[in-house]
Amino acid sequence: MSEHEARERATLDTVKRAQDTPDERQPYAELGMKLDEYDRVREILGRRPTSSELAIYSVMWSEHCSYKSSKVHLRQFGTKAPKSEALLVGMGENAGVVDIGDGWAATFKIESHNHPSYVEPHQGAATGVGGIVRDIMSMGARPIAVMDALRFGAADAHDTRRVLPGVVEGISHYGNCLGLPNIGGEVVFDPCYIGNPLVNALCVGLLRKDQIKLATAPGPGNKVVLFGALTGPDGIGGASVLASATFEDESHAKRPSVQVGDPFMEKLLIECCLELYQADVVVGIQDLGAAGVSCATTELAAKGTGGMDVRLDLVPLRDPSLRPEEILMSESQERMMAVVTPDDIDAFMAICAKWDIPATVIGEVTDGGRLVMTWHGETIVDIPPGTAADEGPVYERPFHEPAGQAALNADDPARLPRPEDLRATLLQLLGSPNLASKEWVTSQYDRYVRGNTVLAQPADAGVLRISEIMPGAEETARGIALSTDGNGRYARLDPYAGAQLALAEAYRNVAVTGATPLAVTNCLNFGSPEDPEVMWQFAEATRGLADACKTLGVPVTGGNVSFYNQTGSTPIHPTPVVGVLGVIDDVAGRVRSGFTAPGQKVLLLGETEEEFGGSEWAHVAHGHLGGLPPKADLEAERALALVLTEAASRGLLTGSHDLSDGGLAIALAESALAQGIGATVVLPDGDAFVELFSESSARALVTVDPESFDAFAELCAANELPCQCLGTTGGDALVVENVLEIPVAELRETHTSTLPGIFG
Amino acid sequence: MSAARVGVVTFPGTLDDQDAARAVRHAGGEAVPLWHADPDLKGVDAVFLPGGFSYGDYLRCGAISRFAPLMEELIPAARAGLPVLGTCNGFQILCEAHLLPGALMRNAGLHYVCRDQGIRVENTATPWTSDFAEGQEIVLPVKHGEGRYVADEATLNALEAGGQVVFRYVGGNPNGSLNDIAGIRNEAGNIVGLMPHPEHAVEDLTGAPSTDGRGFFSSILKKLVTL
Repeated sequence: MSEHEARERATLDTVKRAQDTPDERQPYAELGMKLDEYDRVREILGRRPTSSELAIYSVMWSEHCSYKSSKVHLRQFGTKAPKSEALLVGMGENAGVVDIGDGWAATFKIESHNHPSYVEPHQGAATGVGGIVRDIMSMGARPIAVMDALRFGAADAHDTRRVLPGVVEGISHYGNCLGLPNIGGEVVFDPCYIGNPLVNALCVGLLRKDQIKLATAPGPGNKVVLFGALTGPDGIGGASVLASATFEDESHAKRPSVQVGDPFMEKLLIECCLELYQADVVVGIQDLGAAGVSCATTELAAKGTGGMDVRLDLVPLRDPSLRPEEILMSESQERMMAVVTPDDIDAFMAICAKWDIPATVIGEVTDGGRLVMTWHGETIVDIPPGTAADEGPVYERPFHEPAGQAALNADDPARLPRPEDLRATLLQLLGSPNLASKEWVTSQYDRYVRGNTVLAQPADAGVLRISEIMPGAEETARGIALSTDGNGRYARLDPYAGAQLALAEAYRNVAVTGATPLAVTNCLNFGSPEDPEVMWQFAEATRGLADACKTLGVPVTGGNVSFYNQTGSTPIHPTPVVGVLGVIDDVAGRVRSGFTAPGQKVLLLGETEEEFGGSEWAHVAHGHLGGLPPKADLEAERALALVLTEAASRGLLTGSHDLSDGGLAIALAESALAQGIGATVVLPDGDAFVELFSESSARALVTVDPESFDAFAELCAANELPCQCLGTTGGDALVVENVLEIPVAELRETHTSTLPGIFG
Repeated sequence: MSAARVGVVTFPGTLDDQDAARAVRHAGGEAVPLWHADPDLKGVDAVFLPGGFSYGDYLRCGAISRFAPLMEELIPAARAGLPVLGTCNGFQILCEAHLLPGALMRNAGLHYVCRDQGIRVENTATPWTSDFAEGQEIVLPVKHGEGRYVADEATLNALEAGGQVVFRYVGGNPNGSLNDIAGIRNEAGNIVGLMPHPEHAVEDLTGAPSTDGRGFFSSILKKLVTL
């Protein structure tokens, strides 16, 4: 034994040593644990934890892994969930799974990587993509597309020029190298995100309905295999340090906490996992994300027979000096853990070898009810796994309405001066960073790879064809549609309505492509849960979203909560981002975005009220945020979606676009920009400014062939959906009679020059 | 008559192999998967080297792939006249393997670019372009970070003089390629490399808003049938 090894052995904190030294002071506070949490660990174990056990409990009980502040509110997504026959796997697994028909299922989830993306934009965003892709893989699915919901500070702010290009490059490099088409998402600018950008990454996967994999370790004697990248000192403590603490001034000191991604390894892992599933040699599987080996072993064991023996010294290392505590907390990327029967282990290893994937048996499933880990023969962990995985602390955090909320809501935008020149206002909005073309960002993403992309950005929703994704799917004509949406300004004014409006918009975006919305994932981005005003926003938003899901009949299948998004004591706008997945029975019947041919009737569906609270106009023209957001009329949304999907399936629509930020004016402009086809329209009676720029929800613009008009109007009438014919497509200008006329070329110049002007 | 057999190569990190195989099938050919580690061309009549990030492209793009066991078979076969098409990473591999002259460097704009790109077909004397008309303008997607074609002046002059420039960008050069070069061929004409992606432009429903990529596959299949 070398001197080094001898010293290491002497300082190893074994279970025996923990029993012998009950009073040794332990750094629980430095690991982010409260005293009462630490005391509970001692109570569970009947002794002080070893340093390895403390590492496990500290990461597993962190906000990020345990949802300790959000759990009591998230329960509503289950208790209020609408009955849905489509839901195959709900919340609590790596990702939800939805039946999309013909024997196929889709799994999808959105997750945040906000704090790492501020510290190190490129790697933070890249590993955000990597992490969500592995969640989808671990359900037994082939990942088939990604999208990203991004929020940055003001577009022209100095730090945005550091953060945005890095984030986009990270997503671009990682996603492109993986060969996953990026089919949509959002880019939103608001000063509230300057010190805390939001990077929410979504992935969707496809699998046969009867081949869902779960994170479970049943069957005593089965082998536990760690495979993928080697373990290094990446992101040690990332889960508890980065995700659960606010940034203060020394954030650069945390640079090493951000993990570094290797998309090439992840691509090999995808193909390797699919071959393992095909060969049916996997009993249970879990990806290694936040909390790495700690999370994978405790969760697998807790959901299986209840026990697992692990030889931690067998974990293959990139840095041989890593200590057991560090191995347990390492967040090295591109790793998976599988449970494999002894009979299948050779076949499993052969497939890994084919893909050059390192794979190591590090343990065995037991029925002892304990997770036991050894380090060169010494026992360093001996815990009931469920206490770490499922029985973390649960907090009922106090909450109350923010002090200035009533005054904010009373500050009605009706007091703002209205513009005289509506043409100038339209161009001002169209060229503003939030509404301008996002091509500078999206042209850095591969939207075509794998050849199944039917619609991608800037379409309202991404749409994929199923039939050619995997062998055996040839017979299905179906497609899936996905959209993410969220509006922090609406949620700031009224978090209950804001969350509902986010769902309503994603739901509508899916419906305008002709797809039927089926299920929901969400990423709830908020400030500190220890601030009762933030907690009120969170409580209101979750209540609003759960109620809306019930009304619209779409269950939440999973998602992620990101707290502590604030700079100092100033939180971001509450930003619930909602993803909706829909199914279209015949994907060839999808409806394309905007004006797709001349001579089509342009129809406005839904009702327009005077609603400017939190609107893009108030934001751009006056820097104003006050009043109340648009009313979330969910029954109207439902009727609108019904009409849109029914009309699409009957082939009545030649184009469509939802109305949202910037109202009818922006919807008309974007529709004209889609294929460079103009239109001449007449506004409904009323105030032209209100008709053009109000942001009332539950509205859409569609085009129909004149021959289909009567049939479509009948369908609207039958569903009590207001439908007004505004005019006809054609020409090379957008003409709103008696109000404005703008050549499409001028619209395009205004729309496309903003982001390149800022970011180069 | 059995269908013409077009090999589609998969390296670790290849991404567009599924698309390439589908395009071959849609055109009526048989797509034969070829594996990088297996030095066996399986008697195919032509080879498609698809895009991606082979071996992660952590070194120069394509620099490692050229040493793959399969390439030991492919390089001499190509020199002997086997029709080979390399797109994107496949083009980079052909240059690294010295089957085509020149090199592909980082885009002038320093960003990865995915867009639908205008291309002019400059030369139809290859088995992959015979169904196009000379001077025909088509639309294909480009999607790459390292697509700026460079070569020394003598090589460029020889390419231009010998009709070896097969495709040129029109309506804007996405990457700063010299002479707007999007694709080239070898002297014999059997080996063609280009940055754009014909395999993403073969269907109405999916991919780029163009089906101009079909010409590549109809060209090679006709050639193989009449061989």
